[in-house]
Amino acid sequence: MYQYDQYDQRIVDERAQQFRGQVERRLSGEIAESEFKPLRLQNGLYMQLHAYMLRVAIPYGLLSSKQMRSFAHICRTYDKGYGHFTTRQNLQINWPELQAIPKVLEELAGVEMHAIQTSGNCIRNTTSDQFAGVARDELEDPRPYCEIIRQWSTFHPEFAFLPRKFKIAVTGTPGDDRAAVRLHDIGIRIVEGERGERGFEILVGGGLGRTPMIAKVVRDFLPKRQLLPYLEAIMRVYNEQGRRDNKYKARIKILVDALGVEEFARRVEAEFELIKGEGLELTDSEIARVGAFFAPPPHESLPDSDAQLQALTLGSERTLGLWVRNNVIPHRVPGYCAVTVSLKEKGTPPGDVSDYQMDRLADLADNYSFGQLRATHHQNLVLADVKVADLPALHQELAACGLASANVGKLTDMICCPGLDFCALANARSIPIAEEIMQRFDDVDYLNDLGEISIKMSGCINACGHHHVGNIGILGIDKQGVEFYQLMLGGSHNNDASLGAIVGRAFAQDEIVGAIDTVLRVYLHQRSSPEERFVDTYRRIGMEPFKEALYGAN
Amino acid sequence: MELIKRGVVVEDGFKRVADDGELSSGDVLVSWARLQAEAASLLARSGRVGVRVPNDVDLEALAPYVEQLDLIAIEFPTYTDGRGYSLARRLRERHGFRGELRAVGDVLRDQLFYMRRCGFDAFELKEGKDVAGALEAFREFSVTYQGAADDPRPLFRRRGG
Ligand code: SF4
Repeated sequence: MYQYDQYDQRIVDERAQQFRGQVERRLSGEIAESEFKPLRLQNGLYMQLHAYMLRVAIPYGLLSSKQMRSFAHICRTYDKGYGHFTTRQNLQINWPELQAIPKVLEELAGVEMHAIQTSGNCIRNTTSDQFAGVARDELEDPRPYCEIIRQWSTFHPEFAFLPRKFKIAVTGTPGDDRAAVRLHDIGIRIVEGERGERGFEILVGGGLGRTPMIAKVVRDFLPKRQLLPYLEAIMRVYNEQGRRDNKYKARIKILVDALGVEEFARRVEAEFELIKGEGLELTDSEIARVGAFFAPPPHESLPDSDAQLQALTLGSERTLGLWVRNNVIPHRVPGYCAVTVSLKEKGTPPGDVSDYQMDRLADLADNYSFGQLRATHHQNLVLADVKVADLPALHQELAACGLASANVGKLTDMICCPGLDFCALANARSIPIAEEIMQRFDDVDYLNDLGEISIKMSGCINACGHHHVGNIGILGIDKQGVEFYQLMLGGSHNNDASLGAIVGRAFAQDEIVGAIDTVLRVYLHQRSSPEERFVDTYRRIGMEPFKEALYGAN
Repeated sequence: MELIKRGVVVEDGFKRVADDGELSSGDVLVSWARLQAEAASLLARSGRVGVRVPNDVDLEALAPYVEQLDLIAIEFPTYTDGRGYSLARRLRERHGFRGELRAVGDVLRDQLFYMRRCGFDAFELKEGKDVAGALEAFREFSVTYQGAADDPRPLFRRRGG
């Protein structure tokens, strides 16, 4: 993974130092909360319902065991002993004292981490594919470009006060978009040009929130060296022309939509023509320098293990078999596989991990996966370079610390925002509903029978839980002070990205999980074969059968 | 009026003249509307001329004057409105403006570093702010990743070894 040099290190050290001064000025009363707000806001420090929340950047989700141990230490020392992995591959801690934040930032800087631009109307953490560098269907590792974008966007002097927050995602697997690039302000796909040369397809204007939209292609092939000039051109057009009069119309998707993608692209291209010559184009040596950090770890040379992996799924140890089947994918290197550690455990909010579990995960990464972990945008973790032969031992160790749920990609592998339990903007709670779903649909055989299906839930229209792109989406709303839940069907965040549609009137808190049960029954009854996924059945039969089952009796 | 100029606190040498105010001798700062209306006579004066422009000024319209202006003051209506940064870079990097580029309006200590990188060399802090204390803001960072108006080379073109 990327290692800081003296320059990178100095930037995070100086940031920690700067923020210490800002906090001191706040604590001494020299500046009021209103003036402190703009300072903390670009540093991932939010005022939540009960306390401050600090969001730490995990660049493109990649972290070392050493960094994970530092998280554990921070959660134990300055928080309530747990942290929360988010849908943007970041980590949040929910209860730090303001006085402690400078210390936390210094500890983070000590392990090459920071909270820079994890909030505010600026360019946020660039996200990517959790299987980057190991997936068999990958064209090229996207992480070097993510790192290049991270450096370019860190304290970019021109783009710190955009109309609205700005999110970029990169995928190197054109055939299977695991980074949901079509749902980002800018989505970047590594593609092959006509003569087999590599470059980028650039999509702009995706995003969820109040006005969900799928990103549109602005440039179908961009030579690699032009990445930063092109991004800078997009950002400048947006910074100058994006709406600033209405927070809810300020994302770039609204600008793209208002201008039309052709006109937007024309403006970007015009700016790009001018920027191109200004020294921002990448050099081959910089691409190589950053790329070298993402070279594969020293794998042993082992015989092909696909049959072995297959055998494990069918073996006599049923729990292990199910876990391998659902949580493990084959690796491009023979003898290895990539393991997803589910953070969707009954009794714990999705994405939450205790300090003890963090320490254990760091150990497991050291022992089984070259000391690295990845956070996924599904709020899970990945050990990406595990020997197939080690799977039984790893499974046992994960089970011993409560991290062996075999539900990846299944109904209970849910995404849910913090909701009314933490968030000041929420209309409704989401964590208790998630818990109820976990309890109700607990049977592994039933989950496997349902196959690939996603539930995503947000506590309000801001859509942090991505409910529009859940196969089943749940949105918390407020009806005269009472929490209600709207049900949506048919969303997807993959290559076939689509937005879900609202089924009908909202459900009360004690009805919503029953409604999901009804939806699942309709699917099981209607699917053409056990292989037909929920979303495909929905696309084939449409909303009516679901509607009828849900509301028909009324 | 105190200003931060090239890292030190100085008195403003330009006199602000209202749109209906009389043009005294010496250096004057006028509105964009007045510059457009009276460009010929303004620029023919012996004193230096500055203009205060909104951050969404039509750059095409401003461009013809750029060479003859000694000061362009860009308004920040609120610190969260970042259009002035792009405008500053365009003026410096595209239009080769070499005069004083001043940030005015909701200008706070913690934006100074970004502003300087985008080409501002003078800063009129928001009323009531500690001008001397704000000077520290320029020293908070010693490394930058991007090329900008202050140095067009991104760090990857400067990184030694
Ligand atoms: S979706 Fe709404 S309730 Fe949930 S975290 Fe976002 S703002 Fe808060």
